Parts: sequence; C-alpha cells; structure tokens
Amino acid sequence: MAQRGDTLLLGTRKGLFLFERRGGDWKPAGVSFLGIPISFAMIDPRTGVLWAGQDHGHWGCKLSRSRDRGRTWEEVAAPKYPEGEVIKNSMMSVDPKAPEKPATLRYIWCIAPGAADEPQRLYIGTEPGGLFVSDDGGETWALNRPLWDHPSRLAGQWFGGGRDHAGIHSIIVDPTNRKRLLVGISCAGTFETTDGGASWTVRNTGLKSSFLPEPNPEVGHDPHFVAMCSASTKHLWQQNHCGIWKSEDGARTWANVSENGGPANFGFAIAVDEKDPQAAWVAPAVSDECRVAVGGALCISRTTDGGRTWKALREGLPQEQCYDVVFRHSLDKAGDRLAFGTTTGNVYWSDDRGERWRCLGCHFPLVYSLRFA
Amino acid sequence: MASVALTKHLHRFFPSLAPSAPIEIQAGSVAELIGALDARFPGLAGYLCDDSGSLRPHVNVFVDGRPIRDRLGLTDALDAASAVHVMQALSGG
Repeated sequence: MAQRGDTLLLGTRKGLFLFERRGGDWKPAGVSFLGIPISFAMIDPRTGVLWAGQDHGHWGCKLSRSRDRGRTWEEVAAPKYPEGEVIKNSMMSVDPKAPEKPATLRYIWCIAPGAADEPQRLYIGTEPGGLFVSDDGGETWALNRPLWDHPSRLAGQWFGGGRDHAGIHSIIVDPTNRKRLLVGISCAGTFETTDGGASWTVRNTGLKSSFLPEPNPEVGHDPHFVAMCSASTKHLWQQNHCGIWKSEDGARTWANVSENGGPANFGFAIAVDEKDPQAAWVAPAVSDECRVAVGGALCISRTTDGGRTWKALREGLPQEQCYDVVFRHSLDKAGDRLAFGTTTGNVYWSDDRGERWRCLGCHFPLVYSLRFA
Repeated sequence: MASVALTKHLHRFFPSLAPSAPIEIQAGSVAELIGALDARFPGLAGYLCDDSGSLRPHVNVFVDGRPIRDRLGLTDALDAASAVHVMQALSGG
C-alpha cells in the first residue's frame, strides 16, 4: 500500500512529471501536458484524483483532473469570476490610468482538498485574489463572496506581489475543524474564517513589511507561503517577504524567527513538521533585491526549536556556482522525507529530514510546484 | 455562412477540429461566431476569450485578412462571405 510520500509531482514550466518511490529510489512514472506550464498539481488524498492547473500562454488557465494518476485526463471548467466583478485600483496598481478592470482568472495558484469528512469539497486559490469553492468534486466552482467582498480588498488594500494582482497561494483547512480555514494572500496577508467562509478575519498582527512606507498596516503584507502543523493547529508558520514568522496562538499574533546572521531570512517556501510544531524547513535566498542562492551555495535551513536556532543543511547540495531559488510550492515534506525543486530545474530529495540530499535530476524545466502524494 | 480557419495549435485540445478544413458558421459578428463555435466544440470559447468575454491577449482574430478592431466586445461584423482566421500570437519560449 503506497503511503503519502511515495509519489512526487513536479509542476513545471514545460509539463507535469510524476515519480514513484521504488526500491529506495525515485522512478519516472509519467509525463503529462508536455510543453504546457503547470502552475500547481496535487493528488487529493481523499479520492486519489490528480489535479493540475495549467497556465497556457495563449489559451488561459485551465483545470484538469485524472482518475488514473495521469494516464488519462479530463478538462473541467476552471473557476470563473462572476460577470461584472472588477479589480479595483490599488495603491500599487499596474495601470494607474485605469481605475478598475474586469476580474478574470489569471492564475491558478493552488488547489486544496476540503476536510476529510467532506470529500466533494475542494478549494482553489487564484489571481486576482478569488477563493473558489466546489462542493461537487470540482464539477463547478463558486467564488467565496465574503472574502472577495472583504472591506480591505474593496478599499484597494490588496495588490500584486510577484504577479500583477493579488493572489491566494496558501489554503489551509484545519484538520480538527472543517469550518476553520486560513488563506495566505500576496499581497494582503493571512485571513482566517472559523465559520466555513461566511466571514473572514485579518491575521497579520506582529508582522512588519519593510517594503511599505508604513511597515505595520493591518493589510498589505506578503506571506509567500503559510503552513500549519497538522498535529497542533494553533501553530502556524509563514515564509514572508520580510522574513520567517511563527504563530503559537492560531495566527492571532506572529513573531519574527528569522535567523540572525545566517541564511534563513528571505525565501518563498516553508514546510512544517506534521507532528512537531517547533520543526520547520525553509529554502533561503539572498534577498528581495537579488533572488539567488545564498553565497552561490544551495541549502535548506531547519529549525527544531521553534525558530530560536537554524541549521543550514548542505550535504549533497551544490556549494558553488549555484543560483537556484525554490518557489513557494516547491518544497514539501512527508514524514522524514523532504524534496524540493528549483527555478533552474534541479530537484533534490532527502530521506532523513534534510540531513543528506540526493539529486533526482538537474535538467528539469523551471519547477513551479513540487508536492508529495 | 462565414468560413472559419482555426490555428492547428488548438487541435491538441479539441481533436475533433482536425482535419482542419474551414468551418462554416452562420454569424453576424465575431461574438456570435465564437458563441457558435463553442456550441459546436464545447469549451472552445474559453480558450479564445477570458471570463469577461474579451479576446485573450495572445489570440488574434482576422476577418478578411484584417485584425478585428473590437477585442473587448467582439462587435466586428461578419457577412456571409467573410473569411475568419483565428491565430495565436507568437510569444513565449
């Protein structure tokens, strides 16, 4: 019986690559959508359905599913913004002459299963900032209105980070309470609902955003990725644009746990241990201004004491002439296994919590997402 | 009936488009034509237009050899003799 961590999905700029664990190594197990950018792919653990978001350069964003691990695919209707919805001009609008423009699906940032006891529910986070919900296994999608109509978005406090418009890239369903969700939005911050999406509360207290003239706004932060410890759901972590932050009170307050004098500061991805809320892994990059590997050397930094100290894990990773960056969905963890993929098409994996790394391949296309299944 | 030729790049997603003989469609405007195409090839409109019904940025529609003027509302008129080409712009790498 395959366990989580025995399948690896690479969503890349040129297709979806699937690997399976056999005999202590990873073996290729299929290529889908060759030549087409795959923004995110995951296998729903409740149903076994493989989902892939495509980002065609010409034909727009598409959503496909496979019930046989990628051998055959079915395109399903991608989320669609309701007619008449607009993106308001924001403080960092890409076109200040246009006060608003139609809200249309620009990117599928992430696809997330609902709670274990509602197997037909799925979530999709998109640019320009819509959270979409399906209650029929992905046949149809509806915009979550309370988040879309949140006063902060209507006031123009959401804006693009990395892409032109605000995007929902992190969706966390509390495994102990299906009505509690947290989403990470760049740029806006972390939002929480405890009533199944009927109302949303901003959860940015304690964050600082040095790229803003006022670094402590309620809304406008850039949590590159937000993750929860599934065994202790009050413990959340985020790799923020401005450092690494941790919450021990269910995202009500955040504390900066970036490494003082070490590489673990700027980055995009973060993985949290499933059982130990004090253990987390990040993929450091130089800085906001210069997004390359720190010192030309690749490392994954790990903390096991809640961010008080960090250890740079380098064994098996290139330590010179290296410029790789790990995007937000391209570091994942399953038990003692970790894996990550980079912007220059390198993929590494570890069976011992990051102590030693092995290369899965060095000639992949740019990796947008790497997820265990 | 307007005559429509679609870029062969769409055949990957709509295999029934091939072989690429021109398609005959009765339509008074580009918007009507895309609606009729979508009825015949379900989902095709979503490849050519975004959620708001505007032509996607890297898709070009030519009527009698000229690019359409109204990419937002697709109001360019067609007549029975119109020859329509749906192309993809050259972009990416």
